[in-house]
Amino acid sequence: MIEIKHVSKAYGTMPVLKDCSTNVAKGEVVVVCGPSGSGKSTLIKCVNGLEPFQAGDIVLDGTSLSAKDTNLPKLRARVGMVFQHFELFPHLRVIDNLCLAQQKVLDRTRADAEARAMKLLDRVGLTAHAQKYPGQLSGGQQQRVAIARALAMNPIVMLFDEPTSALDPEMVNEVLDVMVELAREGMTMMVVTHEMGFARKVADRVIFMDKGEIVEDATKADFFDKPRSERAQLFLSKILHN
Amino acid sequence: MLGGFDFDVIWRSLPYLFFEGMRFTVMLTALATAGGVVLGTLIALMRLSGLPLLPQIAALYANLMRSLPFVLVIFWFYFLIPYIGQWITGASRPIAVGAFASALITFTLFEAAYFSEIMRAGIQSIPRGQVAAGYALGLTYWQVMGYIVLPQAFRNMLPVLLTQTIILFQDTSLVYVISITDFLGAASKVAQRDGRLVEMYLFAALVYFVISFAASQVVKRLQSNTAIVAGH
Repeated sequence: MIEIKHVSKAYGTMPVLKDCSTNVAKGEVVVVCGPSGSGKSTLIKCVNGLEPFQAGDIVLDGTSLSAKDTNLPKLRARVGMVFQHFELFPHLRVIDNLCLAQQKVLDRTRADAEARAMKLLDRVGLTAHAQKYPGQLSGGQQQRVAIARALAMNPIVMLFDEPTSALDPEMVNEVLDVMVELAREGMTMMVVTHEMGFARKVADRVIFMDKGEIVEDATKADFFDKPRSERAQLFLSKILHN
Repeated sequence: MLGGFDFDVIWRSLPYLFFEGMRFTVMLTALATAGGVVLGTLIALMRLSGLPLLPQIAALYANLMRSLPFVLVIFWFYFLIPYIGQWITGASRPIAVGAFASALITFTLFEAAYFSEIMRAGIQSIPRGQVAAGYALGLTYWQVMGYIVLPQAFRNMLPVLLTQTIILFQDTSLVYVISITDFLGAASKVAQRDGRLVEMYLFAALVYFVISFAASQVVKRLQSNTAIVAGH
């Protein structure tokens, strides 16, 4: 579903991604972790072309991102993305946040878009808030709306960029629960997170990044039980003992 | 001192002052604001586009316009627009452009430079993540701007845009240099005709003050309202 082939990227002379390669198969849940500044957020933003890269290629469901004739907006419409800071549109009601791209990108009618939006809001437990503005919701509620907004486009894959790290601790689980449910339904997911509990629960594979490199790319069991690299061991010991 | 005042001259000339003079002033202010905001927004988008050359052209335009005295620009365009029109349409002689059309074009182009700076600040005040979220949903550049960035930028900048409009309202009096009768011009004509300079100019000042002051109070209230809406 996602093929990342030898992707490299640099800001000026500072490399942020060095020859990164990996694959995500259909229905697979891959967790990307690593210390801050390791390039994991940059990598996931490269997958839907939000961040340009200088070398290598990414192929999404058969479509190459770097090919000249690729219609990026059309491709992005099929890739859901959830951001660290939610990025709901503050001037639009929750329902309009969910309907905007459905109507403008997928040409759905208002009635159709609204019906789908309400179904998804029901799924994340927020139908009562459809007419509110994002600023009237808590962080956890906003992130659940953001997930619903991404799902409204019927994506073939969902990307999560540290979806819980801007949340108060008591709101982390309401968001993770939605993500776990999504993973169990067979959604293809690539998740940048520090939530190792989530990784243990639903991940098929774990990718560990450090200094712009994919240091470890292993099944969940291998990663947690016998990480090969020293850097991954160190990272795990720090994160699991806190 | 007020004993020699003739308040009746004001009363008698009210219809002329407001239906002729003020009508023109308000119309020019409204049209130039509308045109200036639209054009200024396009210039701001050019300036922030990151495409080759466009940002430089936009910056040159904004900086040039803001470095010239407005009266000079009004004069300049008044004499130049007929020739520019000739050049664009390929006509054999300079196009006749009325004084009003000339003033409207000049004010729109001039104000666009100021509005472009305001809109640029407004667009830059929107977090980059909002743009990323729009793109991630599959929206195009113009859709992201039109539905997400500009509505928020416009709302954030509304008090500043209105303040600029109040300044424009006062600046419309500069049309006297191309012999158009705005509110001040009308007052001035009556003053000269009846030899009532003190009364008419005092009255004109009072009218400008009342309108501008009232408008700036409205802006103040708006400012405290948008301050609550803002926040992420």
